[in-house]
Amino acid sequence: MAVIRDVMPAFDLLQPTSVADAQKLLAEHGSDAWVLAGGLDSFDWLKDRIRKPKVVVDLSGIEELRGVRTTGNNGSEGIEIGAMTTLTEVVNHPIIQQKYGLLAESAELVASPQIRNQGTIGGNVSQDTRCWYYRGGWPCYRAGGNICYADTPEGRNREHAILHADRCVAVNPSDSAPALIALDAKFVIRTPKGERVVDAEDYFIGPDIDITRLHILRPGDLLMAIRIPSTWAGAQFYFEKIRDRNVWDFPLMNVAAAMVTSGDTIERIRIAVNGAAARPLRLKTVEDAVRGKPRNATTGEMAGKLAIQGAIPLQFNAYKIPLMRNLVKRAISGVEEATWTS
Amino acid sequence: MTEKTSNDAPKAVSRRNFIKGVITSGVAVSSAGYLFRASTLLHGQQLTGGVGERLITLNVNGQQRRVDVMKQETLASTLRYKLGLTGTKLGCDRAECGSCTVLIDDIPHYSCSVLAHTVRGRKVMTIEGLASADGTLHPVQQGVIDEQGFQCAFCMSGFIMTAVGYLKTNPNPTRRELANGISGCLCRCQDYDKILTALMRGAENSRRSKLG
Repeated sequence: MAVIRDVMPAFDLLQPTSVADAQKLLAEHGSDAWVLAGGLDSFDWLKDRIRKPKVVVDLSGIEELRGVRTTGNNGSEGIEIGAMTTLTEVVNHPIIQQKYGLLAESAELVASPQIRNQGTIGGNVSQDTRCWYYRGGWPCYRAGGNICYADTPEGRNREHAILHADRCVAVNPSDSAPALIALDAKFVIRTPKGERVVDAEDYFIGPDIDITRLHILRPGDLLMAIRIPSTWAGAQFYFEKIRDRNVWDFPLMNVAAAMVTSGDTIERIRIAVNGAAARPLRLKTVEDAVRGKPRNATTGEMAGKLAIQGAIPLQFNAYKIPLMRNLVKRAISGVEEATWTS
Repeated sequence: MTEKTSNDAPKAVSRRNFIKGVITSGVAVSSAGYLFRASTLLHGQQLTGGVGERLITLNVNGQQRRVDVMKQETLASTLRYKLGLTGTKLGCDRAECGSCTVLIDDIPHYSCSVLAHTVRGRKVMTIEGLASADGTLHPVQQGVIDEQGFQCAFCMSGFIMTAVGYLKTNPNPTRRELANGISGCLCRCQDYDKILTALMRGAENSRRSKLG
């Protein structure tokens, strides 16, 4: 339970109005600077006094980072979403709803209405893990220490990783990330050396690559926009998020799939899960195994079993293995997801 | 004569009005226990260079308010402790409970998780700004009174502001839709059913008042 203190420690708030100015400020202040998007991840760090930046660079005044644009002739090549576009704007955008409904669906399941009104798509994919040992300021691996408090016999690790853990067992909490991977999105990053475009799945990294970050951004880098190609426009989509509480909560696990079928046969597919590892996982082996197979329960069953190969449970999160198996199974076989009624 | 005057004076100034008075008059801000201890805080901290302008103008409830705001100050703090608008409540201070919800450019936001400096040039509306100048309550407020929707009502301003914001995007919601719209607010009395009934009545009142 968070402790309410009267005010955050002092920092200087810088409010650039262009990306160029923001970059200049970030270069000037280096690791003293903190990049602020919607703030819903940032303020927890600052209020808890775990992170104490001297300078906060607020991106909310940069107009060029906002909004959804079509690319190509009338959107023939897809869309580009500015990193500072709010999740509510993503959810309500007519083209995203019509053609890339997977993203709209995933964004609509993030947190609560007020958070979606303020939280940004760039922030949602770049937010830090919610492992409470790490968030609570414990000197764990991710914080630069040499122990994982969650991966101990008494550690509270019900929400933690079942795959690809390496010292740290934290998971990525984003809902939009797996949807963007399934849609084959590209992330546009402005580094001090110039622009870089990476595949969505390569934006995220596990502890084997860098144990202190969930994504590839380095100090001074800015996520500018997310491009969604038209490749999967209007495909069959499946998104499901499992959480303890139906509002506000982070996913225990989620699954996102985009699929093109011909008759019964799965012709093309991309599928990703999040909440299983430190990065959202694209399930390539599942994609390869189900391509050319009929979209039915048997294929789903096979896909689910394949997806969980190599999973290792911790003390309290073994449930995540059948959970992942069933989510993948449902995504592939196209079963109507379980609905909650009041 | 002197004695008589003192006897006629109002016996008890409520704690809230006392605090409001203190804030308005701008003296002895640190006398109330839970207010900012701004002076002590700043003594203990080194401010970084180039702190910039702190005296800013915020558009709150249609008024231009000049106010001295620290860079790290949340909008909820400014509203409550600098502008005396204590109708906005602080529950969790973590974007979880919704009690601090205000409208910024007509959109509900958790004011505990917005820096006051970032709303310059935008329109902030708090629960104090809902009623019209002649005192007529906002239709949603009236709905809450009609249905006696709340128990302790600490969460009420947040729920009302959230509902008012939601109804701007969907004036005629089903009960389920409105429940989803206000799902970012928590009520510790677990009074959700009656709150929803009250806010549905508020939605109805709003539609009627627009017709009439």
